[in-house]
Formats: sequence, structure tokens, C-alpha cells
Amino acid sequence: MVWTNAVVQGLLLGGLYALFSVGLSLMFGVMRFVNLAHGDFSVLAAYAAYVLVEHAGGTPLWTFAAVIPLAAAVGFVLQRFILDRALAAGDLSPLLVTFGLSIVIQSALQQGFGANNLSLFLGPLSYQSWKITNTLYLGRLEVIVFVVAVALISGLQLFLARTQPGRLLRATADNPRAAALSGVNPRRVRALATAIALATVAIGGLFLAMRTSFTPTSGSNDLIFAFEAVIIGGLGSLWGTLLGGLILGVAQTVGSQINPADGVLAGHLVFLAVLAYRPQGILSQRSLA
Amino acid sequence: MTMLRLEGVTANYGHLRALEEMSLSLDEGEILAVLGANGAGKSTLLSLISGELKPSNGKVFFNEVDITHLDPYRRVRQGIALVPEGRHLFASLTVEENLLVGGSTRRAGSWSLDAVYELFPFIKERRRSRGGQLSGGEQQAVAIGRALMSNPALLLLDEVSLGLAPVIVRDLYVGLRAVANEGTTLLVVEQDLTEALGVANQVLCLLDGRVVLTGSPQTLSQSQMMNAYFGDGERARTPGDR
Repeated sequence: MVWTNAVVQGLLLGGLYALFSVGLSLMFGVMRFVNLAHGDFSVLAAYAAYVLVEHAGGTPLWTFAAVIPLAAAVGFVLQRFILDRALAAGDLSPLLVTFGLSIVIQSALQQGFGANNLSLFLGPLSYQSWKITNTLYLGRLEVIVFVVAVALISGLQLFLARTQPGRLLRATADNPRAAALSGVNPRRVRALATAIALATVAIGGLFLAMRTSFTPTSGSNDLIFAFEAVIIGGLGSLWGTLLGGLILGVAQTVGSQINPADGVLAGHLVFLAVLAYRPQGILSQRSLA
Repeated sequence: MTMLRLEGVTANYGHLRALEEMSLSLDEGEILAVLGANGAGKSTLLSLISGELKPSNGKVFFNEVDITHLDPYRRVRQGIALVPEGRHLFASLTVEENLLVGGSTRRAGSWSLDAVYELFPFIKERRRSRGGQLSGGEQQAVAIGRALMSNPALLLLDEVSLGLAPVIVRDLYVGLRAVANEGTTLLVVEQDLTEALGVANQVLCLLDGRVVLTGSPQTLSQSQMMNAYFGDGERARTPGDR
């Protein structure tokens, strides 16, 4: 029964990891670089929510309404004024620029808020749970996070598959040259991808801040988990990313069940095993969605 | 009325001079076949018109507006569409999605999914197949259809017949003739002369980045074009010279 519990808790955690990963995967698909500041943006969103609650009060839940559009706008501006220029300067530049951004964000947050653990406390929702059997309890917040994460990823998948902007995103990821020759504005597509990426990672950051805690430097960990989920699932496929997140989550909780200190290590080992035996990922697909 | 005009255009790839002091004028409704051997500068010419390559010298005008520095996607919106060599379909998108992406410019005109399917009926039944699963001929038809979806005033075609069976090439050119009859201006680049000369009313031969012959296919003789294609031997050539 403890194993069932570990697997179920892992699945719930994995939904959150998947939410972290979709933006990373989307940006990589369209622009072929890994945004090394991806995790830091999730932490930045958590601090933004923290400040909003400090000043305006109320439950942290309302901050979603403010932080999501803000994150999308930041993504748009970031792409237009920084990443587009970096992309034009060569393959290595976007990596260096986002690495630098990561350091800037971490240092600025440390300067402004100190290195203490913070959390977004939701009151009773933070610890209440549903009893499934005598030995299996599901945290309400954990279940809500999972359901929202899966719904968001499904919605994004539908957006990519069925709408014209989604098609243009996939077309650009598939063949940027042919997309431009078909009249697709590459700058607009890139800005859209980054806006979606930052909005989704901000949601992930807020959820993580509600489930556990955050510090100015915890974004680096988020980035690694997001990256692992993407690689396990297979680059470019949103369903693969969801699956990768779930596998990573289960690996971590089952690992913790074996030895409480080894949860994260177990996740890394699964990641390495996938890299060694199925480097294209479990649901491999060359393209987005 | 002049639709496309190149004025003294020179283009380089690094230190390689691909086109030298090229001038060209194309009227609305004309069908120009650009002929030449490998490396003569045909694809370079198309890249200059589609905007993927910026000239190191000279100017490009479209409907008498200077578009020398306009990005490729903006040129599509102005009415210049290129069917690139090698087709370049969106491999993971379905045929229909490929066409819909082509229609994203929302330029006014008569082309639609139905019109493209009518032009090339054999791709209609494959409309749910992904671009990467099609045969070469089907891919070429979809690539042409995708370009038509932007309702181009000027359609550029790079090596339509490359690697395709003659019977399929014939089908494609039947379609292109119908496109031309609608009033669309065509610029066709080919190594294979037969089909291109059948549809063209103007011919331009490139050799080593220069125009060596222009005229109409009716008045030019086969030997004139052959000489222009291979060089007439008056100029000393070294291997690899462009």
C-alpha cells in the first residue's frame, strides 16, 4: 500500500513538473534553444504573487489573475527586445543571454527578499485531504494542481492542433524557412511562444509555491526537473512532456519511499537511463504537438 | 505594366559572386522561364526576389515600389510567393494544414482549399495525411498549392520537375498553365527545358551569374539556347567558376 501511495503522490507531483516543462519544450521547438532562465521565471512569478498578497491581502489564489497576464507580457517583451536580438547573433548567444538572465534574476531576488524560504499559504486548503482508503489520502491542493495542470496542457495541445495561431507555431517549429516563405511573421510566432511559455511556467511557479516553498535560487532546480521531464517524454511533444513529468514525479516519490534522501537522485537516474537507452524520449516526435 | 524589376543587382555568397549586375523586367501576366546550368545563379535570382538573400548592390522593385530590404514574409503579403526547391513542406502538418498556413496572409483573391483541390485533385484524398508521408509529386503539388493560398500576384517556382516522373511533371504543368490563365505572373526556374518552354512566353538564360540570352521561346532557336545554357566557348572557363 505504501507503494501505491508513493506512485499516486508521484503522479500528482508529476502533473506539476509537466506544467513547468511545456514552455521549455515549446520555446525549444520554435527557436531551438533551451531557455536557461526558465525556472527562474517561475520563482519570479512566485515572488510577484507574494508581494501582491503582502500588499493587497486575501488568498494567494487571486494572484493568478494578475500574474498570468503579467508573465505573458514579460515573455512578449523579453522575446522582442532581448531574445530576438540574441537569436540573430548566433546559436550560442541565446544560451548565454538566458544564463545571464538567470543570474540577474536570482541575484536581484536575493537582494530584495533575502535567502529565506517563503511560501504562499492557502489556509486549510494547504493541508486538507480526501480519504480514499485507510492508507491512501490525497491532498486537496495536490489534486487541484494536478487537474489544472493536465487541463492546461490539454488546452494548449488543442490550441496547437486546432487554431490558426497554433498551426503557425507548429509550422514555424517544423520548418522556419518555409513558414517565412508562406507569409508567417517569425517574430510574432516567437513572441507568442515565449509569452505562452512564461505564462505556463508562472502558473507552475505559483502552484509550487503553494505546495511547498521557494527561495531566490530554487529556479535552478525547477529548470532541471523541467528539462528532465521534457527529455524523458520526448522533445517537442506536449503529451510526451506530460508523460515525462509523470514518470519523473513517480520516480522521485518511489525513490523517496526506498530512501527518503534519494528521491531526487532516483529521478536523475531515470532521466539518465532514458538518455542512454531511448535518447529520443518515450513519445518521440520530431515536431510540436 | 511592369510588375517586377531588378536594377543592376549583384549578389554574393561569401566571396563567391553568384549574380553580377543583373537587370530584369517582368510584366504583369508574363510567364518567364529562367534557364541555366547548375550554379548559373538561377536559385540566387529567386532568393533575391523572395527576399531571403539581400543584394550587395542594386535594387529590386515590385509594382514600382522598392522592396530591396523587405523581409520575405512581408513580400508574401505583398503578393510574391516562392515554391522553394525541395518543396519544404511542413512535414508534421497535414496537407490541409500546410495549405491553411499558406493562407495565413489573408490576401484577397480567388484561391481557397477547394480551388487548390480542384487544381490538383490527387491531393484532395490525401488531405489528412502528413506532409512527410507524401510522394514527391504530391509534395510538389501541395507546395504549389500552399503558395497559391497566399493569392500571389507573382509566383516563383524553383525546379518544379526535380526528381519527379515525367507523367507527374506534366500534371503539375497542366495545373500551372491554369494558374497562368487566371492572370498570375509566373517565374519558372528549371534545368529541364521541355515543360518550362512549353508554358513560357519569355525566356532568360543565365550563365555564370550573367544574363546571356533573352527572348521568346518562339523566336529563339534550339541551338541559341543550348549555347547559352552551356556557354558558347568564347569565354575561357575554369572548373568551378561561377
